[in-house]
Amino acid sequence: MSTTRGGVWRWLPIAPATLLLLLFLAGPIGYCVWIAFTDTQLTGASGADFVGLDNFRRAFADDDFRNAVWLTLVFTFVSAVVGQNTLGLALAGLMRAASRPVRTVTGTLVITAWVLPEIVAAFLLYTFFRREGTLNALLDWLHLPSQNWLFTLPILAVSFANVWRGTAFSMLIYSAALSEIPRDVVEAAEVDGASGPRRVWHITLPMIRRSIGTNLMLNTLSTLSVFGLIWAMTRGGPGNRSQTLPVFMYDQAFLKSLIGYGTAVALLLLLVGSLFSIVYLRLMKVEV
Amino acid sequence: MRRSTRARLAANAALLVTAAAFALPLVWLLLSSVDANADLRVRVPSSLTGDNFDAVLTDEITFTPMLNSLLLCGGATLLTVVCAALAAYPLSRHRSRFNRPFLLTILFTTCLPITAVMVPVYGLFVQVNLIDTMYGTGLFLATSQLPFSIWLMKNFMDGVPMVLEEAAWTDGASNLQTLSRVVLPLMGPGLTVVTIYTFIQLWGNFFVPFMLILTPDQMPASVSIFTFFGNYGSVIYGQLAAFSILYSAPVLVLYVLISRRLGGGFALGGAVKG
Repeated sequence: MSTTRGGVWRWLPIAPATLLLLLFLAGPIGYCVWIAFTDTQLTGASGADFVGLDNFRRAFADDDFRNAVWLTLVFTFVSAVVGQNTLGLALAGLMRAASRPVRTVTGTLVITAWVLPEIVAAFLLYTFFRREGTLNALLDWLHLPSQNWLFTLPILAVSFANVWRGTAFSMLIYSAALSEIPRDVVEAAEVDGASGPRRVWHITLPMIRRSIGTNLMLNTLSTLSVFGLIWAMTRGGPGNRSQTLPVFMYDQAFLKSLIGYGTAVALLLLLVGSLFSIVYLRLMKVEV
Repeated sequence: MRRSTRARLAANAALLVTAAAFALPLVWLLLSSVDANADLRVRVPSSLTGDNFDAVLTDEITFTPMLNSLLLCGGATLLTVVCAALAAYPLSRHRSRFNRPFLLTILFTTCLPITAVMVPVYGLFVQVNLIDTMYGTGLFLATSQLPFSIWLMKNFMDGVPMVLEEAAWTDGASNLQTLSRVVLPLMGPGLTVVTIYTFIQLWGNFFVPFMLILTPDQMPASVSIFTFFGNYGSVIYGQLAAFSILYSAPVLVLYVLISRRLGGGFALGGAVKG
């Protein structure tokens, strides 16, 4: 290896990327940290005064903020931790037992839902859950009670939308993980008379536990930042009943012109994201 | 043998039920786009019509937004791929104590919720007069996708053996020449995957142009689609469906092109969802 070649100059190609990242990512994050401690508003030229922790104090005393935190937890837990993760694992597992055409059809449909642009997915699920929509048509047909889902259970409707849209990722991760389990281990357990559920619990799950950790972490992180899906389906409403943190942040910063306060919320979101990222890096034990 | 047949049937049944649930919204999309009286329900159109497509295939509704998307995402993709290739080269080829912290930072950044950064980005863009410009928006889009592209690019580049480069160096080629004439051509498929993947991600991005672009005739398709939610009240669902198909078609086609290779790429780990 010619490591001596070029000296410091050989690192020059990194410069454009680093410059972009500093200007457009590190810059805004730094600016975010500053603005979050001021009372900057969108309108009025009064400028920005340093207000210390006021924005954060205000947030924790604000019922709407606490509502948004709670809804973010519900949204993340229902759609990422339970929905995408469990359904993805189940699909990956079932596919190994299913026949080929069924596997192909299911895989194609689930992945198509994932590849579609976010806003298209949002509109499709919006029509699905509306009072006059397909879900209620289906329930009528089965003689089950129908209701206005986007009004009665908006946070569950957007959670299911996120499951529809995001499950493919977990399915792909778990398909890869399951295909790496050595066949003889499973066969040995089968010979020993272990039943299906027991094999899953004692062999499969422990062997893919690293993939489970990785997948949970990535699902959580991507779900934390979902905005377009919820915005297009419900605008955070009715009232604030599907207003997760990103929607709340947008609402405060732009619709209510409280940039300082909105940025404080953004900073909290970034901090939570950073914590998850660090845990993720540890979990992956990345070798670089 | 019988037990395994039963297991297969059960797995097939469970998968088909799930597949049907996933298919319903997609079936709505396809049927409504050719239904003159499309509403919110999945149903077979009484007669097929191309009117919805005819109605949306105008400059104002389809061509301008799609061209904007193409310029915005194409430009940003080009910038991302060039910067990522340049950055990945020393990271893949030279060892230094600088590598590990840089790559860890990159990986850390791929996981950050970019949504949270949008409020300060808007504030900064207003101050430096980049708001409502295509190139400003493109620069930010490119940056948002850069960490993952560098990561992916480096992984592909690591797979190219160094022997040929050393030969090129001996012949007096510079680092840049070696990268463009030897390494990149050798990692052609990898380069294609990074490019297409970046483009797909940017094409579907809604929040960034939604925040940073204000003038209607600069809006990409991901934002202009909102105009269907009538300024005048009622929504014409057939046209919404037709436009959604036109807008989604490029990414679906591109995904099919790279799916085989990307399937293997997932095993590499890393934040695919950005």
